[in-house]
Parts: sequence; structure tokens; C-alpha cells
Amino acid sequence: MTTTTTAKKAGSLANWTDERLGASKGVKFLARKIFPDHWSFMLGEVALYSFIILLLTGVFLSLFYIPSAGHTVYDGVYAPLVNQQVSEAYASTVGISFDVRGGLLMRQIHHWAALVFVAAMTVHMFRVFFTGAFRKPRELNWVIGCVLVLLGIVEGFLGYSLPDDLLSGTGIRIASSIILAIPVVGSYLSFFLFGGEFPGESFIPRIYTIHVLLLPAIFLALIGAHLVMLVIQKHTQYPGPGRTNTNVVGYPLFPVYTAKAGGFFFIVFGVITLLSALVTINPIWAYGGYDPSPVTAGSQPDWYMGFMDGAVRLMTGWGEFTAFGFTWSFNILIPALLIPGLMTIPLILYPWIEQWATGDRREHHLLDRPRNVPTRTALGAMGITFYILLWISGGNDIMATVLRLSINDITLTLRVLIFILPPVVYIVTKRICLGMQRKDRDKVLHGRETAVIVRTESGEYFEVHEPLDEYKRWNLVQHETHEPLAELPSEDANGVRRPGAGSGWKRRLSKFYFEQRVEPVTPAELAAAHHDHHGHEAIEATSAHH
Amino acid sequence: MTALAARRRHPLATAILVMIGLIVTGVLYAAATSGKAAAAVSAADEIEAGKKLFLANCSTCHGLNAEGRRNAPSLVGVGAAAVDFQVGTGRMPMAATGPQAPKVSPVRYTQDEIKAMAAYVASLGPGPAIPSAEDVDPAKGDVAMGSLIFRTNCAMCHNFAGKGGALTRGKYAAGLEGVTPEHIYEAMVTGPQSMPVFTDQTISPENKRDIIAFLQSVEEAPAPGGLSLGSFGPVTEGLVAWLAGLGLLVGCAVWLGAKSS
Repeated sequence: MTTTTTAKKAGSLANWTDERLGASKGVKFLARKIFPDHWSFMLGEVALYSFIILLLTGVFLSLFYIPSAGHTVYDGVYAPLVNQQVSEAYASTVGISFDVRGGLLMRQIHHWAALVFVAAMTVHMFRVFFTGAFRKPRELNWVIGCVLVLLGIVEGFLGYSLPDDLLSGTGIRIASSIILAIPVVGSYLSFFLFGGEFPGESFIPRIYTIHVLLLPAIFLALIGAHLVMLVIQKHTQYPGPGRTNTNVVGYPLFPVYTAKAGGFFFIVFGVITLLSALVTINPIWAYGGYDPSPVTAGSQPDWYMGFMDGAVRLMTGWGEFTAFGFTWSFNILIPALLIPGLMTIPLILYPWIEQWATGDRREHHLLDRPRNVPTRTALGAMGITFYILLWISGGNDIMATVLRLSINDITLTLRVLIFILPPVVYIVTKRICLGMQRKDRDKVLHGRETAVIVRTESGEYFEVHEPLDEYKRWNLVQHETHEPLAELPSEDANGVRRPGAGSGWKRRLSKFYFEQRVEPVTPAELAAAHHDHHGHEAIEATSAHH
Repeated sequence: MTALAARRRHPLATAILVMIGLIVTGVLYAAATSGKAAAAVSAADEIEAGKKLFLANCSTCHGLNAEGRRNAPSLVGVGAAAVDFQVGTGRMPMAATGPQAPKVSPVRYTQDEIKAMAAYVASLGPGPAIPSAEDVDPAKGDVAMGSLIFRTNCAMCHNFAGKGGALTRGKYAAGLEGVTPEHIYEAMVTGPQSMPVFTDQTISPENKRDIIAFLQSVEEAPAPGGLSLGSFGPVTEGLVAWLAGLGLLVGCAVWLGAKSS
């Protein structure tokens, strides 16, 4: 009885909404929307859920935080700070930590979630890159993703700076120095941003507005666009039997993914809360309030800014010189602005770079296995190596302290490795990919090694190879490879410049990408291999009979 | 008493009184001066004992008269505090050459032996003395003032929580946990290895005691936020965010994904 009444009530409510908003259409569309299933598709979800956690805890924190650099005397419960001159921002953040019930946990959830947010976006980006999910029609969504990562870094840095503690103040000091290093306009920009000489009192309220209003709004808009595009363009899927470029094999949003995603949200929330309850993050009470004169050993930014800090630490001092009566700080400008810029631009443009090399204008909804696109995979591994080396450099003093090494040796080693290791990783990754592809060919043509050694009557030994079943084989042969663009003469038969020929650069890039390649096994090759094998199998059969 | 009183006008009485007075004064004087003489003798003995220890253990590098050699500085004028710090923390004698002398435990000398060597070195020239117990009593220090002074003068090398930090070419600012108040004070007044000297003019003795009180409070304070990760700042936090945080979440994603495919 009760169930029928509840169902009736629910039905009438649904009807009420439908009659006014036409909700049924949208619900029907979304509920029946099919998504493919794979763990690596959930990395973006981790980022999304940590963002929601950031919004929730951020609202809590903003209720108690005072965005002001105004001077005050700390008189809270934390004895080592009592009677010290600090900013209102710092005093209120220490207050959140020690005087607000649950405040420290909220702060730690907010901060850990921020670190996980950027990390999850990063690995999500790696997944999209290595599987080629950025290809047409998803180039724009790749760009939005890149912008989200960059904004995440900025947003995180601003949030880290809000407590106005000694560590974050040192970070802001470095940020201001980087701005000052920009030729000509640097000092004007710095005075504009800080409302005068560093640090001033304008900065804290300004970054507060950007941190809690401007950037979250941009985030929401971009994440919205990111997800709408995902629904419109459909989710990519890994290749497999029955999966084509024109279908999506998976489960509907309702009930499978509503349950899964809902559950996963709570898992993400749970893991981050657990971490926050157990592990200290950013103990601002121990750092003390910001004062431009002191600095602490081991001053580092949060991890996502680490690569920039590392680049600055790797740079030699020769970049600074005086000319035309001005000081030119290329020692800061190159590592802090030029290198991150040079890393970001190819990243954002990558879909078009690859498209240029392949000349492929088709839509791609089936993902690549990373080994099947060796050059892309190797370039990605090279980029990650470069990034990680910069990142490691950012912690050179901590390594020196913990590992009892000379910081000079560490820095010098990293200065050499930053040039040597990325190309080595490129070559090694590419060879590994090609090797794996050859192994795939071998498996398709000759089957799986069974480790069963058979001796024939004549004394010949051979290992029995078991042919792959056709479902497994499909995964190894379904992909296509690109060939380098043909060397067309730049002029046609009448000596007129051929418009499509383009520059030699395009052909060179194409050659760089696809000159070395392993073609997947064709049906004809497979048939030929089986034909060759018949003799062998006959021998196996006879030997088995005896 | 009446017999004594009856003879109080005796001609010898004055002489006897004078005699008694002189004897008492003489005995008291002798008692007082003989004490000083004994103390002087024992201090000289201590210096002598210290010199013997010095000759046996330190002179190979620092020279027979502590005048210093190529790789070891002269100890004339470094004071008792320097010896108490260097030998008392096991840094001296240095077992092997290196970027800097590491803290070694257990310390190889007894407190008396260290005091003797300190006395010998102090006898070579004036230098900072070993602080009194009151000079370094954390209970008498102001923690908040100490934290401010520590942050301004010490944290740039020793880290905000006194965990230590890297210096150039393998040298380092040592971690300050477990260091006795005397040794902290002595390090400040003598400036061992790469550390600058903080004289009474730069940091007053009271402020030195405040720093000691602050360091004590850091050691005793509970970690309100949970595990401190070594108080190394964002580097270890980033490591945990990636390995524990994201690692666990990716593990969960793999687990959820494995359920279906």
C-alpha cells in the first residue's frame, strides 16, 4: 500500500515538474545516455569531486577568514604567537585552526583536496594525451582542460597565499620578483598588482576576491562546458570487439553511473577527509605571520608550483646583467616565465600539431593504445620527464638535508640531466613501444607461447604456440598506422606552385612521427602465417599421436 | 666563672686576650686562605688534566699548544663554551674529514673530562664561558618572544620548526630537536662550523633563553593537525598528496572499474 502511494506521489511530482519545465525530455536523454566503462575514465571524476569538496569547505572557511592585511596583535590560544604583530588574515586563519570548532579539519580538507585536485587533473590529462582522446572532435575540450589545469595552479597558489604566513609570503615575494623580472613593464605591473611597493596591504583582499569569486566562477563555467562537450561529443572508448567509431558500448547513466559516480564521490570525499584527519598540511601556526625580513629553510610552494621553483633553482646566475642603465634579470625571466610558457604552448596546441603531421581530418572516438602511437607516447614521456626533473629540482635542499648530500652536487647533476634525460627517455620509450608492437604482431601471427616444449621423433624441439582467440586478436590488429606524408613535388607538371604541397616542415614533421612504425597484421598476412604453420601443426599432430 | 672574674684585672689578662684574639683571627684567616689555596690547586689540576686530555685527543690536529694547523683552527680564545659544545655533542674529536663535523652519540668523554678540556682551553685566552643553569632555563624564557627571534635569526637555516636545512657543498644546519639548552646557548655564543656568532649585543642573554624556551615548546607541543611529515613543508605534503591521496583514489577507481569489465 505504502509503496503505491509513494509511487503515486513521486509520479505526480514528476508530472508537475514535467508540465512546467518539460523535464522529462532531459531526464530521458541523460538517464539513457551511455558511457563506456574503464577505471582510467574516472580520473577526471576525481578532479571534479575534489573541486566540489573545495567549494563546500571553501564556503565554510570564508565564513571565518578575514581578507585583510591590516595589522593586529595575536591574542588567541596558541602561546608561541601571543602578542606578536600579525595581519588580520593570518590571525583569523590561526583562529580557524584553533578557535573554530572543526576549523582545522576543514582547512586541512580544503588544502589536501586542492593538492589532489590538481594532481587528478594532471593524471586525467596524461590519460587523455596518451590514448589520443584529444583528437577531432575533442580538440576544444583538450584546450579547456589545459586552461583548467593552468587555472588550478593559479587558484591553488592564491589560496596558499591567503593565510599570509611566513611560507606563503615568501612565495608571494618570489611571485613579485618574477613580475619585476619582466623587462620594461615589470615594475609597473608589480606596483599595479600590489597597489604600491611589495607587500603593501592591497594584495590580500585582491587575491581573496580572485580566489573565492572570479576564478571559481570561471572554473564552474569551464567545467560546465567541459562536461557538456563530453555529453554532446559522447565519451571515447577503448577499442575492442563490437566497439566502433560510430557506437558507444557501455552502461546507461541511470542507474549504473548515477550509483557508481555517486558512490565514487563519497569515496573521494572519504579518502581526502581521512588524509586530512591524520596528516598535517600547511601548519601556518608554526610558520608564523609574514614579515618580509625572515625566511625559513625549506621554503617551497605547493607541489604544482614546484616545477617553476625548480626551474629557478636550476638556472645559473649569468642571466642577470646591466645594460642601458637597467638591470635585466634573465636569470629569473627564463626559468620562471619563458620555460613554463614554452611548456604550455605546445601542450595546448598539441592536437593541431599531431593533426598537421598525420593529415588526418577524420573524427576519432576509439582510443589509441599508447604503444600504437610510439612517437606521441615517447614525446609525452619526454615532456613528463622534463617536468619531473624540474619538479625534483624544486626540492633540492630537502633532498640534500634528508639524504645527506651536497646541494651543489644535486643541482649540478640535475642541470646535466635536464638536457640529457628527456631525449634518452624519448628514444627508450619509442623503442619500447615499437618492441611491444612487434610482440603484438608476433602474438597474432604465431600465437601465444605456451611454455610447452615438444620433441619430435627426429629429435627436433619446438615450443607449442597457442593461437589467440579472435576477440583477443582483434585488440591487436584493429588499429591503423599513419604513413609519412608523400614527398610531393612542390610544382606540378606545368611548373606551377602546388598549393597543397606546403612547406617542407610538414613533411619533415610527418616523417619524424611515422617513419619508424610497425604495421598491424593484415588478414592476408594472418592467412599466410596460418598456411605456413599447417606443416608445423601437422607435425605436432603426428607427434601427439605417437 | 668567679675565679675567672676575680683574675680579670690580672696584669697578663690584656696580653692573654690579645693573644686569643690573634690566634682566632689567625686560625680563621688560615682556614679561609687555605680553602682558597685548595680551590686554586684543584683548578690548576683541572687545567692540567684538561691539558693532558687535550694533548692525547686533540693536539694531533689543533697543535700541541692549541695554536691550530692547516685543517683545524686555533683554540686560543674560543672559550670553554666552544669546547663544551663541540666535545659535548660528539662533534669533536672529528672521526673523519668531511664537509662538517656531524653530531655523534654516544659522546666519548665524561662530563668531568669535557669540563677539564674546557678549562684548559679557557685558560689559553678569554672566550665565552659555559652558561649557568639559570642562563638556559627554558621555564624562565618567553616562548612567543623566542619564536619571533628564532624566525628572524635562525629559521633561514634551521627551518621554522628547527628541523635543520641544507647549506652549500654538503654542509648543513643541524636539526635542533634533542639538543640540550646548554648546547643551544653555546652554539649561539660560539658559532660552530658555518653558524654565525650571536654575541650578547646581537641577541641578549635573555633573548637567547627565550629561543631555548621556544625550541623546548616546539618539541613538547602536540601536533594538532596529525602527522607532521617531518615539518619539511610542502615537499613532503606533495609526496603524500600524490602517493597516499591520489594513489588511493586511483586504486579505488581501478577497483570500481574492475567490477564491470
